[in-house]
Amino acid sequence: MENQYAIEMLNITKRFPGIIANDNITLQLRKGEIHALLGENGAGKSTLMSVLFGLYQPEEGIIKKDGEVVKINDPNDANRLGIGMVHQHFKLVECFSVLDNIILGVEPTTAGGILQKDEARKKVIELSEQYGLQVDPDAIIEDITVGMQQRTEILKMLYRDNEILIFDEPTAVLTPQEIEELMQIMKNLAAEGKSILFISHKLNEIMEVADRCSVLRKGKYIGTVDICNTTKEELSRMMVGRDVEFVVHKEPAKPGDVVLDVQGLTVASKTHPKDAVRDVSFKVRRGEIVCIAGIDGNGQTELVYGLSGLEPAKHGTITMCDKNITKMPIRKRSVMGMSHIPEDRHKHGLVLDYSLENNIVLQRYFEPEFTNPMGFLKKGNIRKYAERLIETYDVRSGQGPITMARAMSGGNQQKAIIAREIDKDPELLIAVQPTRGLDVGAIEFIHKQIVAQRDAGKAVLLVSLELDEVMSLSDRILVMYEGEIVGELDPKKTTVEELGLYMAGAKRTEVQ
Amino acid sequence: MKQKTPLLRNSGLQTLISSLFCIILGLLIGYLALLVINAEGAWTAITNVIKNYMTYPTAPARMKYLGTTLAKTAPLLMCSLSVLFAYKAGLFNIGVAGQYTLGAAASLFCALNLGLPWYVCLLAAIVIGAISAAICGALRAFCNVNVVISGIMLNWISLYSTNVLLQTVKESTGKDTIRLVKQHADSILPTLGMDKWFSNNQYVTIGIPIAILVAVLVWVILEKTKLGYELKATGNNLNAAKYCGMKENSNIILTMIISGALAGLGAALYYLSDIEPWNVNSSSVPGMGFNGIAAAFLGGLSPIGSIFSSYFIQHITLGGGYVDLSHYCAQISDLISAMIIYLCGFVLFFKTFINGRLDKHEEKRAHKAQALEAAQNTEGGKK
Repeated sequence: MENQYAIEMLNITKRFPGIIANDNITLQLRKGEIHALLGENGAGKSTLMSVLFGLYQPEEGIIKKDGEVVKINDPNDANRLGIGMVHQHFKLVECFSVLDNIILGVEPTTAGGILQKDEARKKVIELSEQYGLQVDPDAIIEDITVGMQQRTEILKMLYRDNEILIFDEPTAVLTPQEIEELMQIMKNLAAEGKSILFISHKLNEIMEVADRCSVLRKGKYIGTVDICNTTKEELSRMMVGRDVEFVVHKEPAKPGDVVLDVQGLTVASKTHPKDAVRDVSFKVRRGEIVCIAGIDGNGQTELVYGLSGLEPAKHGTITMCDKNITKMPIRKRSVMGMSHIPEDRHKHGLVLDYSLENNIVLQRYFEPEFTNPMGFLKKGNIRKYAERLIETYDVRSGQGPITMARAMSGGNQQKAIIAREIDKDPELLIAVQPTRGLDVGAIEFIHKQIVAQRDAGKAVLLVSLELDEVMSLSDRILVMYEGEIVGELDPKKTTVEELGLYMAGAKRTEVQ
Repeated sequence: MKQKTPLLRNSGLQTLISSLFCIILGLLIGYLALLVINAEGAWTAITNVIKNYMTYPTAPARMKYLGTTLAKTAPLLMCSLSVLFAYKAGLFNIGVAGQYTLGAAASLFCALNLGLPWYVCLLAAIVIGAISAAICGALRAFCNVNVVISGIMLNWISLYSTNVLLQTVKESTGKDTIRLVKQHADSILPTLGMDKWFSNNQYVTIGIPIAILVAVLVWVILEKTKLGYELKATGNNLNAAKYCGMKENSNIILTMIISGALAGLGAALYYLSDIEPWNVNSSSVPGMGFNGIAAAFLGGLSPIGSIFSSYFIQHITLGGGYVDLSHYCAQISDLISAMIIYLCGFVLFFKTFINGRLDKHEEKRAHKAQALEAAQNTEGGKK
């Protein structure tokens, strides 16, 4: 019988000091299928792919290509075997054109070393038509959208005649529309006979696009299932090892007094002459979760910068708890009761080279509890406080309070920030993409915390790009498009489709 | 699961090992250079460099020159503290040499031209060092000018301003400033009788204990206070500092002010001990500031480590003066000490190297342990 597998990784075991990253894992990729690799953060997906790419050598197990045992010592071997990968963070030269990036490393030249781009251009255009990958070969990478950059990465693999294509969490950086397009591209590629390995922890996408799915959990191989015979619930059970609630349970909101009142807020853009936020007005009350929805880059980031004081407001007023805070410094807003879970935990949320305990007191270190009148830190109190928060919010780390923040997993870094911001007992909680890049277990935890804050009578402003999160968590939805609020929706009465139309700017209603 | 950290993982110990390794490597390469230039006198020369004042036969002479080494260590220590303080807050203060130069100008001018007592001269040097560093800090905070660039530029401005200013207190013949002891002895730092311990070496002044005290003070500020917490946070992540409401621009300027004040104080401790006059024809800033950078790194960027690394660098530099000049040209002492100091900059590299080795070692050990466990499990299964 003809061998039906393009690539087989059989009984792979890879150990690192202290952990077994891959414990006897078997992954068989059929020719022409889309095979999903599902697992939480730290389940061993990246290690397995690094083994396939020759970046790590497994202690046990073999790799077969078309039924024959192969030895992959480095990424060059992998390339020769026709294995290509689109990394989560693209490997593109920003100031080069699309075409230059595609031919990088395999430049067609004459004998004298002169570049011959014409033929390459023809091949790239042919490939993009064949697979429905619209790109302009002469556009410069830094000028094009993230979706286009991803297509450039895909073309890079196709240009090298790769047969096995690996997509490492490709949808994490895309807008909902771009995700749709990518799914279609992947289906086209599979139909043309390419074998695709799709690494993800987003169950909806796997259900939509994959033929089969292999699940890893804590370095162990759990099993492989046919997508047509399974459900989202079963997959998540395999991934997490227990039942996960997708629906956030919450009582109807009981909105109280207005906590945050924004009138005509305009915030300038750093990169663009047009203002990023234009004449935005809304209110957030006690006991409700108001969600700002929208496609990335429509002014949500700048709106939060304006509210938190990281950027000055150009026009308009911000009132919190009946006080005008428009020109108030960041520290004063924070002391008045504004908590801010920032969008980028590495850029704003944490000092990565500080210990966990020092990060936990980042918003409170100046209080008398942690600093004496002479200006000396009360290290004992800091340790006690950190230990309490670590316990309460289940922040896991190698060495407890003295672990460097850099050495912690993304989920636990986020939990530390959430612990810090919630424990401040705020009046207003601003949470920006609080679950970005996290696995379902951590997402469930964070959603519960946010609902608990609402039920405790706090005002919550949530900014999210995940439609599921927007629909399940919010009590009111405000849609932002090109710096303006173009609609207010009730999550109980609207649909994802309608929300999508607002987000794409195809529909708008005046908001009172 | 909590694991006990292995001894070699201790950061302090790693720094110590790396520093010692750099020193040995530096000496070795220095020795090789001597061998290449003139093999005959190489061993005596390198041992003389290491011995420094120990080359003198009598104990009183040794004590005397130990005193001189210590007196010259004090300003170097201040420069290295200046560098490491700024470095902890994320700023590379290469302008330390210029701030040191201005400190020299202020202290000598106040002493020789204005006839002010030593403590006023000291204060003037601190203030001028702080002001010149504050310029770099303000440029960084408000105009986003890199402190390395503005620091290097200011070094030259400082040098020539100092030369111009000190023309007024120059010996009528020659190019050096007048010795304090001739013009205004009240400006010389008091010795508090410490000179007696070092065979009446009049250069041994309160400058030495002041420098050590300041080193301890810097350590306390960085490790124990709210100010240190804020400055280090600003240095590590400017955005996070801003996010949690620290005044990041004031913190940058404050860091530079403190750093510059330390450099200015260093110059005052040196020139107010009257150990050396200022040459008003100088065409480069004193090496003290740049050696301070090496001392800071050799000391593992720790204020306490800097005390020892500064002493070592000064010891080697002065030891270079004992190289036999019948075998080598006069520049050899500078060459040897420069090579050793250069290698001192590699401390961080060796630290990374040690950690890499440890990782590999642990990986191997984990393999063995797991293989053993697996073997035991299969045996257990058979039973």
